[in-house]
Amino acid sequence: MYDSGKVIIGLVIFVAIATFPFWFGMGKAAPMPEPVIMTKGQKCVESKDYMRASHMYLLNVWRDQALRDGNRVYENKRGEKVTISLQNTCMKCHSNKEKFCDRCHDYAEVKPYCWDCHFVPKESKQWN
Amino acid sequence: MELKRRDFLKIVGGSALIGGSAISALVEEAGIAHASPHEEHGHSAEEDHGHGHIEEASGIRWAMVVDMRKCSEQEGCRDCINACHYVHNVPNFPDPKEEVKWIWKDEYHHVFTDISTLDPYVPEHIKRHPFLVLCNHCDNPPCVRVCPTKATFKRPDGIVAMDYHRCIGCRFCMAACPYGSRSFNWRDPRLGLKGRELNYEFPTRMRGVVEKCNFCVERLAQGKIPACVEACKHGALTFGNLADPNSEVRALLRENYALRRKPQLGTKPSVFYIIA
Repeated sequence: MYDSGKVIIGLVIFVAIATFPFWFGMGKAAPMPEPVIMTKGQKCVESKDYMRASHMYLLNVWRDQALRDGNRVYENKRGEKVTISLQNTCMKCHSNKEKFCDRCHDYAEVKPYCWDCHFVPKESKQWN
Repeated sequence: MELKRRDFLKIVGGSALIGGSAISALVEEAGIAHASPHEEHGHSAEEDHGHGHIEEASGIRWAMVVDMRKCSEQEGCRDCINACHYVHNVPNFPDPKEEVKWIWKDEYHHVFTDISTLDPYVPEHIKRHPFLVLCNHCDNPPCVRVCPTKATFKRPDGIVAMDYHRCIGCRFCMAACPYGSRSFNWRDPRLGLKGRELNYEFPTRMRGVVEKCNFCVERLAQGKIPACVEACKHGALTFGNLADPNSEVRALLRENYALRRKPQLGTKPSVFYIIA
């Protein structure tokens, strides 16, 4: 074999570079996301734990209730009545989508298409 | 066997009585079956406007009356169109192939196709004015029947609504709608909103969905009237409940002769036009 030394060195360098991401991150987990809520002192529609685990379920139920059944009021477990609206109820408190929604969604590699239609006031000012 | 005249008459009378009642029952039944399609087409104006097709469940049947006597006086007025398109963030694409519209103006012979072709004696001044058109929120909406995903549906109050989450953009509804009241988002609708004032209370749509007038369901839920009706300074638009005999729309329909678009199709629109 001609130039076997060079070829082998080249192969070793190639393998090292190609596998770099694997051994560089070995044993380390990606840091847990830390969502930040900007508005303080206001309670969410349901408890923190429930929202963390089931907000997607709640939003799914909400959208059918508001749009298809025409029922736009939600009564939560505390007995309070909330207007069903992602844009006008949820996003009024969670106005910092980048620091609140995106941090977890990016971490979990979830890409909801809510924002294709629903407004996120700060971000939408950039595209308009 | 010898049959006396007396007995013969008894038998004939008895069988006539039994046969007659059976036939009359049959006729009655047939009569009901016959009458119902008749009712669908040729009923009196009062029936047409009010009773008969009203949703029993909610007791509400939203409808709009467009008074062309007032509307045609204000040439070039676009208040209602601007208000609707602002409130719902309807994108603006000038190319007619990409156009998205919820409420717009069209020529008489496009709006009342059957009447204009059948009757050449319509006065010229009526033919000249552009007519305000929007989704008719039909009693019998063909768009709802053809939608494979039930993205478009009829609410108990008669509004034909769109669930944009479910729309797959097949455009069957556009093909089915005889009024051309539906628009398809060929492009990202947000491109058509650039530089415009936005209503942050209402979402936009995404590319690949069909959209249309929703009779302002989101405003009705808050107890407001539709944006176009509110914006019309000249009182040409009236919105109300057809099921309520005391409502403003019913009063207008009682006192004036009103037309609906393409009545021969049997879609029974809920938008009425007072022509003259």
